[in-house]
Amino acid sequence: MATITLQQVEKKFGSAYAVQPMDLTIQDGEFVVLLGPSGCGKTTTLRMISGLEAVTSGKILLNGRDVTWLHPSERDIAFVFQFFALYPHLTARENVAFPLQAQSVPRDEVTKRVNEVLKLLQIEHLANSRPAALSGGDQQRIALARALVRRPSAFLMDEPLGALDAEFRETMRAEIKRLHLSINATTVYVTHDQVEAMAMSDRIVVMSAAVVQQVGTPAEVYYDPANLFVARFIGSPGMNLLKGRYSEGVVSFGGSKRLPVPAAWRAAVDQVTQGGGELIVGFRPEAASVRADGELEATVYASDLHGGFSMLHLDLGHENPIVHVRASRQEIYPIDALVRFSLDPNMVRFFDPRTEKALQPVAEVAL
Amino acid sequence: MTALTQAAPTQAKQRAQRRHMSDGALVRLFIFPTLIILILWNVFPLFYSLYLSFTRYSVIANRAPEWIGFSNYTAILSRPTFWQSFATTGVYALLSVGLQTVLGFSLAMLLRQKFKGSGFITTLTLIPMMLSPVVVGMFWKLIYNPSYGIFNFLLNPTNPRLATDMLANPVSAMLAVVIVDVWMWTPFVMLLCLSGLNAIPDYLYEAAAIDRASAWFQFRRITLPQVAPLLLIAVLFRTIEAIKAFDLMMGLTGGGPGKSTETVSIALYRLAFSGQFNTGQASALAYIVLIIIICISNVYIRYLNKLRGE
Repeated sequence: MATITLQQVEKKFGSAYAVQPMDLTIQDGEFVVLLGPSGCGKTTTLRMISGLEAVTSGKILLNGRDVTWLHPSERDIAFVFQFFALYPHLTARENVAFPLQAQSVPRDEVTKRVNEVLKLLQIEHLANSRPAALSGGDQQRIALARALVRRPSAFLMDEPLGALDAEFRETMRAEIKRLHLSINATTVYVTHDQVEAMAMSDRIVVMSAAVVQQVGTPAEVYYDPANLFVARFIGSPGMNLLKGRYSEGVVSFGGSKRLPVPAAWRAAVDQVTQGGGELIVGFRPEAASVRADGELEATVYASDLHGGFSMLHLDLGHENPIVHVRASRQEIYPIDALVRFSLDPNMVRFFDPRTEKALQPVAEVAL
Repeated sequence: MTALTQAAPTQAKQRAQRRHMSDGALVRLFIFPTLIILILWNVFPLFYSLYLSFTRYSVIANRAPEWIGFSNYTAILSRPTFWQSFATTGVYALLSVGLQTVLGFSLAMLLRQKFKGSGFITTLTLIPMMLSPVVVGMFWKLIYNPSYGIFNFLLNPTNPRLATDMLANPVSAMLAVVIVDVWMWTPFVMLLCLSGLNAIPDYLYEAAAIDRASAWFQFRRITLPQVAPLLLIAVLFRTIEAIKAFDLMMGLTGGGPGKSTETVSIALYRLAFSGQFNTGQASALAYIVLIIIICISNVYIRYLNKLRGE
């Protein structure tokens, strides 16, 4: 088991940054997800931790040991590839045995440990098949078994579910999570799927454009995004972001649409806008509730049923973007109907339009 | 007006259909000439020579073939000189194919690494393969010449005449022919191995690096099994060619000195086209060679299938 520490690790291809200098400490037994859109540097970061990719500068420590310039084979980590990377000429059993045989583990012990892992993943019946004859899910199970059999100090997984069907993905997600809970090994997991990140991780590292945007628990990243990128990227749909003008405790979105700023935020908002100016208000779809005495008025642009609830798409007018609001499944809102909604003051967030960063409530800072 | 404009293209289409043949007819038109030529030049001689191998017959004698059953076969298999030519062929095939395999694979491993000019060097190494075997035989004869050839000069720079005359001594003559064949055909083995090596995806080596496999373990457990099918095809081709070897010996040694480099093909040539023109017996010998090649190929192909599937 291991802690992984990244100190000012960066990667450049030519003069372009693939990963800007980043610091990150992954605790022993932690499940950390690197999340971001494709090309954001998450896979490069993972490959640098594994040693498959050399760092441009910075240090990587494994259990305090500097492994920055060590070969992948000297790091005691296992890597699960997006496209499995199984040895096509070997059977499933031989694939799983490969890392043990490479270390000249005695034959009896190889057999014993391979059997254990095959049993743990419930793939004993696949032992004598070759990878080409197996489904994507089974191939990934074998790749997992090959990673597990070594008992490495950390697991690195590069979009292991990316190449699977949606149906399989749910099952495998649960299997990987269960596996993590049972062996409790340090795991770094790369994905571009925020649902996957939310479901599996202890902590999420959100990356975009080679820069770490936010590091936090799923709840922190979801409820308190550090900036506009995280606010938009996390959640489906992302956070509603409305640009308004602030003055004297109230944000106005054109016409009579006004929202009083909750008391906890007023000092911070005053400070950033210097008493008045542009401000971005963010709230999650579930922070809004449609009610007759709501403070904001809008017309229904569209509404769709999402099984357990309906999503209302509301037009506030005055060139404001369409706002997505969760509503009860039972109520029916005809298109162009006038509705009012209010926002839960605990779930409203504010962003500085110039820096795109989230404001911090002053009350919390005072604590 | 509208009726006219519609009618015109339809008529044109019908005319076009009359002019053009159906796809099937077109296919047959292309295939039949080739098929007829193949039957005349390949299939007919194949069966006619099989018939001749059971007869007493000579193309220069003005006599019809006389059926004698298996006599030609028993005559050949009971004559020691033929067994010797089989042995010579075997030694030659073993030596040249063995060396070509080892050298070709090693060269492919070296040229697999991309470096500046590696493409140019790869092309350069392929040149011997593109030459005509007779031409190769002729100029290697000059290279081996004991008085002014460069080979003996390299063996003994101070006095080339003291070095062995490669083509005059039975053992060294065989060696000389093998060297030329290896020089000429190693690039072929290399080319097939190189394409096999380049087809191995990088991620297998990444996975192996993660799995803590040493370079030797990676070579044994990934590189070799992945290249094996192509390597085996190269070896199969070269083995068949070696058993049929004719032109190189003819150009270099003419089968000599003595019978030291007389392969089956040369023995066959002598039987068929010099002295008695014994067409019947030559046909029988040709069939024996054919059967041997088919047997060896089958062994290879069986092994190949085992490698691929199981």
